[in-house]
Amino acid sequence: MADHGQIGKSPPRIDGPDKVTGAACFVDDIDFGPDLLHAEIVESPHAHALIKGVDTAAAAAVPGVVCVVTGQDFPYHFGLYMKDRYIFARDRVRFVGEQVAAVVARDPVTARRAARLVRVDYEPLPPVLSVEDALREGGTLIHPGLGDYAHVPWFFPRGDTNIAHWRKTRKGDAEAGFREADVVLEDTYTVPRYAHCAIETHVIVGRLDHARRLTLWSSSQSPYTQRHVFAEALAPLGFRHQDIRVVTPYVGGGFGGKAGVSMEIIGAALAIAAKGHPVKVRCSREMEFTNTYQRQGLTARLKIGARRDGTITAMEHTLHWDAGAYVEYGANVVNAAGFSATGPYRVPNLKIDSVCLYTNLPPGGPYRGFGYSEFLFGVESHMTRLAQKIGMDPVEFRRRNAIAEGDTLAYGAAMNPSGMQECIEKTARAIEWGKKEEPEVPGRVTGKAFALLWKAPAMPPNAGSAAFLKFNEDGSLNLAVSGMEIGQGYMTVMAQIAGEVLSVPVEKIRVETPDTDRNAYEWQTVGSHVTWACGNAVRDAALEARARIFTVVNRAHGHPVESLYLEDECVRCRDDAGFSLPLRDFVILGIMTADGTFRGGPIMGSGMFMPEFASALSDPETSQGGKPNVHYTVGAGAVSLEIDPETGRMRIRKAVLAIDAGKAINPELVNGQITGGLVQGFATALYEDMRFDAAGRLLNPNFTDYKIPTAMDVPDEMVPIIVEVAQPDGPFGARGVGEHTMIPSAPLIADAVADALGVRITSMPITAEKVCLACRSAKRT
Amino acid sequence: MKTTITLRINGESRSFDVASGETLLEMLRERAGVKSPKIGCERGDCGSCTVLLDGRTVRSCLVLAVEADGREVTTVEGLCRDGLTPLQEAFVALNAFQCGYCAPGVLMTATELLARNPDPTEDEVKEAIAGNLCRCTGYEPIVRAIMSVGGREARKRGEKDSG
Repeated sequence: MADHGQIGKSPPRIDGPDKVTGAACFVDDIDFGPDLLHAEIVESPHAHALIKGVDTAAAAAVPGVVCVVTGQDFPYHFGLYMKDRYIFARDRVRFVGEQVAAVVARDPVTARRAARLVRVDYEPLPPVLSVEDALREGGTLIHPGLGDYAHVPWFFPRGDTNIAHWRKTRKGDAEAGFREADVVLEDTYTVPRYAHCAIETHVIVGRLDHARRLTLWSSSQSPYTQRHVFAEALAPLGFRHQDIRVVTPYVGGGFGGKAGVSMEIIGAALAIAAKGHPVKVRCSREMEFTNTYQRQGLTARLKIGARRDGTITAMEHTLHWDAGAYVEYGANVVNAAGFSATGPYRVPNLKIDSVCLYTNLPPGGPYRGFGYSEFLFGVESHMTRLAQKIGMDPVEFRRRNAIAEGDTLAYGAAMNPSGMQECIEKTARAIEWGKKEEPEVPGRVTGKAFALLWKAPAMPPNAGSAAFLKFNEDGSLNLAVSGMEIGQGYMTVMAQIAGEVLSVPVEKIRVETPDTDRNAYEWQTVGSHVTWACGNAVRDAALEARARIFTVVNRAHGHPVESLYLEDECVRCRDDAGFSLPLRDFVILGIMTADGTFRGGPIMGSGMFMPEFASALSDPETSQGGKPNVHYTVGAGAVSLEIDPETGRMRIRKAVLAIDAGKAINPELVNGQITGGLVQGFATALYEDMRFDAAGRLLNPNFTDYKIPTAMDVPDEMVPIIVEVAQPDGPFGARGVGEHTMIPSAPLIADAVADALGVRITSMPITAEKVCLACRSAKRT
Repeated sequence: MKTTITLRINGESRSFDVASGETLLEMLRERAGVKSPKIGCERGDCGSCTVLLDGRTVRSCLVLAVEADGREVTTVEGLCRDGLTPLQEAFVALNAFQCGYCAPGVLMTATELLARNPDPTEDEVKEAIAGNLCRCTGYEPIVRAIMSVGGREARKRGEKDSG
């Protein structure tokens, strides 16, 4: 294919003008006119209780209230991978903040006032607030009906326990592997829950019109998956997919939090209850913290053995996930971790148990990194510690054990092409590995750390992507796809891919935000997979349009199709140097022939993609036999840290991250993912932390008490490095990078603290307080 | 109880009957139809509702609509009536936004900063925008974009001085 020079370049983002002028429209910006109704949610004050009765009479009597809805009105289960949720709690509440009822009123103030009048009679039950409680023999059961829930075939729930899923991965002989080892290190690492903190909270507006059309305007990463989950949940009411339309304008940040269906189901239900009116449900910041998804907590017991020569011989990794009250999405995080919790290493003998536990905390779910940040905290901390135990440089230890193309993965399949060694070299050079930095302030100490990362998209084996594109009269293009522009630059990258095939510059391509009535299918914008998967669909659509163009030119002018090519928005011919037909001359109006008749028609293209080699079928006892992951993206990171030992305060002087993007379609956008991901990751490593009280209530559901980084909290210097070892089945060799950039931050901080102070912290976040206290106790001993 | 207020929004005189507890943010979005100030936290933490009130930044979620009576409100829509400002151009050129939700607020804060201090240092830029939360970019490109405009203006001043 001719090189049109659009791949590997960084044209300005095509959503730029929208976003810097206020023109970008988010769900809450859409005007629904004076008939718009507002909802207020009645939330459970208990982490675990039986609902003995709900009295809505007083609320319903408030003037301006249109309807009051409870669990009895919508007795339907829903969920993405496991149907373990009701639309509103029925019979039982399972976390503080769970929706028990909702009031729909003419204005938000009336809705809020009336919601306070809904009387719910609870019988409190003992809450399960930790993985240890969840695993206790004979302890409280959170889902007595677990054994009956419908779920995907790759989940293995255990009825009459709190174990919602147990992913077992076994390879080789772990016991024998540990016997071969000269050094064995075992420790436990803990990771708390985290909040996504997109600046736009979840908003959904639903309207069921009198022709029974249910339209939802949703701030979502997953318009098609939402439509599907809504259609499944509401099927008992007679709704079919064709009756439901999900429209997703620009979305103000996702990070996984707006994937799947969390609070959005409330909007769908209330639209039905208040038929004829649009109904808005907008999360307050507090509700955003408590009743969307949270990143799951993890307690990981990790044991790794290695020989003196630096070869890893065995790993045993037991991951207990605090998955919360409902795991319809979160159990798949647990599943993904169970396949990949080796980290990016060759481990010949291994035993991984990734266990999804119900607790009476808010539902866990997808969060940028999808479990990998959590387990890599332990794995990467351990790699440094093991290297030190055998007296080897931690970078050298990683270099020797890093997984390479063709190596056997934990579940038996082969590793894809990988630029890991190049990432290691370039990162080590950029951080000046081996050179001890002088503190800039006397009395402070410095440390360095190095970590590897990897991640695969976690998706069903048949997750599909599709694309439509159409030409306009001036040769410009509209691309109607359903991936979400959640900030990563998806629209621009899709335009670059289509433009490269069709020789159309990016500024002449408009990429539409999704509408399930009109745009082509996309499973979800998650897993860092849309550049790869949707990019393949867009490329396919562009190739179809190109084939049509060549056929039309052949029929009108007679040039053989094989001799034609596109260049500078014109069709040209290898056999006829003088031939150059601008696309704008014919892509809508066709080509006139000698007798005044025309050939052609409005040119369109459609494309599709599905990873036909993926399979979720494997032996449930070992996970051997399937190919659950399409590929891994790998990379390496490093930091240089300066610490004030008196206060524990840390300053990141330099952070480096190298990532193998396969092919960076737009290098500046890759750099943007690196800087953004590093800062988000360091915040989870250093200070973000969801704190719950003994009754399961979140203590810090706002930005005053749950601090996210400001411009003052960024590293002094960030060095993004792009490595390009092509992904053979990716568009122009590309693979995803979006989540990966935040994954190695926690072990980097832990290792740099250890390097500087000789103290090892195994619980996240690694706060100044913890570092300071660790220094003091180290001094005492 | 409703009060009639008259104010200038992006250069146009507008009058509204507002409730006593109504915030400037609600009034702008729901009554005036000016949607660039965004709702992010409704308690002054995130800065996505930042607008200029008589040229100074305020969190419009913390200002009552009645307090804006007789005053001048500028939002990002008001910056670009004659095309993009150099600051907006720099935001596009340097990818100083990702999802774009915080961008209107950040742009207003940066506009105020550059009006007061046309050639700010990096630390001054960081401090100025520390009240505007951005979860996507890691701030680095935002700081760069603001600095680039400051620097450019400084160079222009230099040219003028020497010419």
